This record gives sequence, structure tokens and C-alpha cells, in this order.
Amino acid sequence: MNAFIHHFIFEFRTGIRNKQLLLMNYLFPLGFYLMMGFIMAEINPLFREDIIPAMVVFGILAATLLGIPDPLVNARENGIFRSYKINGIPSISILVIPALTTILHLLLVAVIITVTAPLLFDAPSPLNWLNYALIFFSTAIACAGLSVLVGVVSPSSRMTVLWSQLVFVPSMLLGGLMLPYNMLPDIAGKFAQLLPATQAMNAFNGLAMGKEAAFPPWGSVIMLLVSGVLAFGLAIYLFSWDSRNTARRGHPLLALLVLLPYALGIFLFS
Amino acid sequence: MKDSMIEVKDFRKSYGDYTAVDSISFDVKHGEIFGLLGPNGAGKTSTLECLEGLRAPNGGSLRVAGLDPSSEFSKLKNKIGVQLQSAGLPESITPDEAMKFFCAYHSVDPRFDLLERLGLVEKRNAQFYELSTGQQRRLALALAIAHNPPVLFLDEPTAGLDVATRVELHGMMRELQAGGTTIVLATHDMAEAEQMSDRVAILLKSKIVATGTPIEITATGAGLTKISARTQSSSLTASGVIFPAVTQSISKDEYNIYYSSDIGSTVSAIIAHIKTEGDTLIDLRVERPSLEDRFLEITNSGDVQ
Repeated sequence: MNAFIHHFIFEFRTGIRNKQLLLMNYLFPLGFYLMMGFIMAEINPLFREDIIPAMVVFGILAATLLGIPDPLVNARENGIFRSYKINGIPSISILVIPALTTILHLLLVAVIITVTAPLLFDAPSPLNWLNYALIFFSTAIACAGLSVLVGVVSPSSRMTVLWSQLVFVPSMLLGGLMLPYNMLPDIAGKFAQLLPATQAMNAFNGLAMGKEAAFPPWGSVIMLLVSGVLAFGLAIYLFSWDSRNTARRGHPLLALLVLLPYALGIFLFS
Repeated sequence: MKDSMIEVKDFRKSYGDYTAVDSISFDVKHGEIFGLLGPNGAGKTSTLECLEGLRAPNGGSLRVAGLDPSSEFSKLKNKIGVQLQSAGLPESITPDEAMKFFCAYHSVDPRFDLLERLGLVEKRNAQFYELSTGQQRRLALALAIAHNPPVLFLDEPTAGLDVATRVELHGMMRELQAGGTTIVLATHDMAEAEQMSDRVAILLKSKIVATGTPIEITATGAGLTKISARTQSSSLTASGVIFPAVTQSISKDEYNIYYSSDIGSTVSAIIAHIKTEGDTLIDLRVERPSLEDRFLEITNSGDVQ
């Protein structure tokens, strides 16, 4: 427990000390939130209704997908994991603790957005706070797990950016953050359901914000939680301590299994 | 006879078709400093990584502190300390945090005294990337020994360090040895290996080509002993003066320098000649071939026995 606490404290501080992580954890999400609040809400007043869940989901996507994978790849490339292994630091701590500290940073960002949006932009507050918190944590777990998995299977920093953007960009465009899900063409809507952002927005709308969900919102919560747990499990299974001459336990393409809960959800809940 | 802390028997390591280490055997006694030498690609790193439990061997057996590094790694972590060639620490960690963090995983109290001993107290709250190379290596050493491991692996411990820090680290290695720590020292610095190691093994082309004390290894070479003599008059510079076993002689900076294959007969003859000529010996220096000379001799010949 002592080791976990010291590890957690160090990783949490890193999230503020490291300029790249500070940008992804706080500056980018909050800066984007303020920009969208001041500009987008003026252009499209209906956006005010979505600003809290949309900007919270955006914060989660930025901090996890753009913040978690690269440090994992760099640590592996620079021999930090080798040093950790020699000193008995388990792979589960290496993967889970940065995810937990990121979720803690995200919680602070989410609180700032949720408290200030009604004051600054006249945005409606969540109606069901318990569900709001549950969906926040489900989304954070799903995205953090996915990001850890990207960091584990990416062979290099360059590939990390590619994999992360493959999720981040469609999430921004199709995930219901900028455009309501109902406005998407049918095929794009089906594809969008493979994204955690779509499921998160659907769950926020149906269970916390008092709006109508496009598909069963509790199904979205279940999919987020299952995919999050599955992502962490796959990441631990596929983890390698070293980038040189190390055989993995499974092929990196196994990581695609993380999409399975969403794919099943399309059939079960649509 | 001291117990062996490290036993390597017919150890093999390969990566696909490439054989990095080919059936090598050696042992390291309790409290010994053992130098592992060899050019790049000779197999040093593979050997160290398998002994440290980072990789599994493809054949043979390895024992470190009585444990198999592959199958008993969870027990091994508290028995070994490792200073990796690359520091292996996150850029943003401070020496204070690193000490707390690593000691916590070893279930021991943080050894802040080591930070003081290694001159890191003023930098205890600086981030790792803000430390100089020397400070980074000293921190890596502090972390490697913080849990008092009986076996310590040092990979190029003094690379990039200034003279004073090297001396301090060498002093610390001697202290650890005096306390019973067994040290495996992998280095390219032959002077360091010769000075610090009780025994060395030289790896070349995946095999051990020489093993023994530095003196034993240098004695087996064909290297010539350098004898430098300076006299008050010029008895040694007269033409036609020939000494036994000397293959080459030169004059430099008032010294007559002879390269001899038989130190005893050459020195006796030089002294006898000076006496006969009524001259006075001012200075006489004898330099045996160094470990570096022998190492170069072995690596240049490429002989694998």
C-alpha cells in the first residue's frame, strides 16, 4: 500500500509538472471549453444544452487519448520499465496508476466545467447528479483503458499519435460533441456507436441531463464499463517491459477486441 | 574458499538466428568485484540482462544469490541492485521521490543518507532531467544500493563522470565490497576494471576468451614491458649498447626507453652497465603491459579459444 501511495503521488505530480501532460490534462480541455462556450454558444444557442457533457467528454478524450499513451511508449523506449521490473514494480501498477491519476486530474477539470458552465454560459446543470458521476467515471475508465492499450501496443511515439488520432478525431466529429447523434446519417451513426464518446454522450443525455437518448442509455454505461475493464485486461496481457528483443504474450492486433463490447452493443441495444 | 554468489554454466542466449552468448561459464565469489569486459556486441549486456532476470536464457543455468533469475525473479528483486547504463528513471521524478518510490517497492525505509553521501542533497527536489550526467548516475547508484542488496550489477558506472566523482564512486564500491557486497562491473574503462576488479572475464564474439585476475590476464599476453632509465651522464646513449631481451629502444625526454620480453635480465644488465661505466642512475621506471594492452591484443587478434 505504501508503494502504491508513493507511486500514485509521483504520477499525480507528473501530470502537473510535465508540460505536455499539463497541457492535455488542464490547459487544452479548459481552453477549448472556454473557447467553445464563448464562441459556439453565441453561434448556436442550442449548444448551451450540451456544453457540460460535451466539454467533459472532450476533456476525458484529450487527457486520456492524447496524454496517456505517449509517456508509456517513451518509458518503454527509454528503459524505464526495465528499471521498474528490476525493482519489483508490477506491470499492473505501471498501467493502472497513471490511468487513475489522469482520472483524478479529469475529475478536477470536470468539476470546474460543471460548476462554471451555468454561471458563464447559462448552461443547464445535470438533473441526476448520481448518474452524472457514474457516467463520468464509466467514460473515464473506458477512455483511460483504451489509451493505456494504445500505449502498450504502439511500437513508437509516431504510431501512438496515429492510433490515438484514429479514435480522437472521429470521436470529435461523430461522437455527439459538436453535432447531435440524431443528425448523423445511419451508417455514420452505426460507426459512431463504436466510439466511447458516442456512448458517453448518449448516457449523459438519457440519464443525467434530462434529454432523450438515441439508444438505450444504460446499455451505453454497460458498454463503457465492460470495454474499460477489457482494455485494462488486454493491456496487462499484451504489456512488454522492453522494446528490444522481447516477445509479447499475444499479437498486438488482439487489442482490437476492445471494440467488441461496442460492436455487440450495436446488435443488442439498437 | 568463498561461496559463489553468481554461477554461470554453459549459458547461451540467442535472438532468432543471432547467438549473442555461446556457452559461457564463470562464477563470482562472495564479496568479489568481478569485471565483465568486452567490445560492443560481445555479449556483456545479454549476460547481465539474463543475470538480472530481464531476459530468459536459451540454455545453460544461471544462479544469482542462490536463485534462478528467470523462475525466481520475485525473490531476486530484493537480492540484487542494478545500476543500468541508461538511468531508467522518469524525467520528472526528483531524487527524493525516486528514493521513496523505489524503497517502498523494496519494503525498506528510504535511504536519504545515500543522497547526502553522494552529493545529491541540494538537488533532492530537482527533476531528473535537470540533474547533470554525473548526478543522474550517482542517483542511479544510490537507488541500486538503497535496499542493501548482496549482489550489485554496475553497467558503465563511471561513464561520463568527472575525476572526483569517479574517485568517490570507486571509494563507495570498495566500502560496499568491504561490507560483503558482491559486485559485477561491466565497463569499457580498462583502467577502472584493472584498478577495481578482483577478477575479470573478457568476452569476445559471444564467448569468454580470458578470465582471471588482471595480473594473471596481462601476464599471459605477448606484451613487452616498458623500462625507462635516466642517468646523470650518457652511458646509456652510447652507440652499440645492447641489452638482453630488448626488442626495441628509443630515447625521449632524457630517458632511454627499452621494450623487453624479460624484465629481470634487462634491468640487471642496465644497472650493471651503468655501474661499469661509472655513471649514476637517477630514475628507473618499469611499466608492465596494462589490462588495456592485453585487451586490445586479444580483441585485435580475434582469437576465441
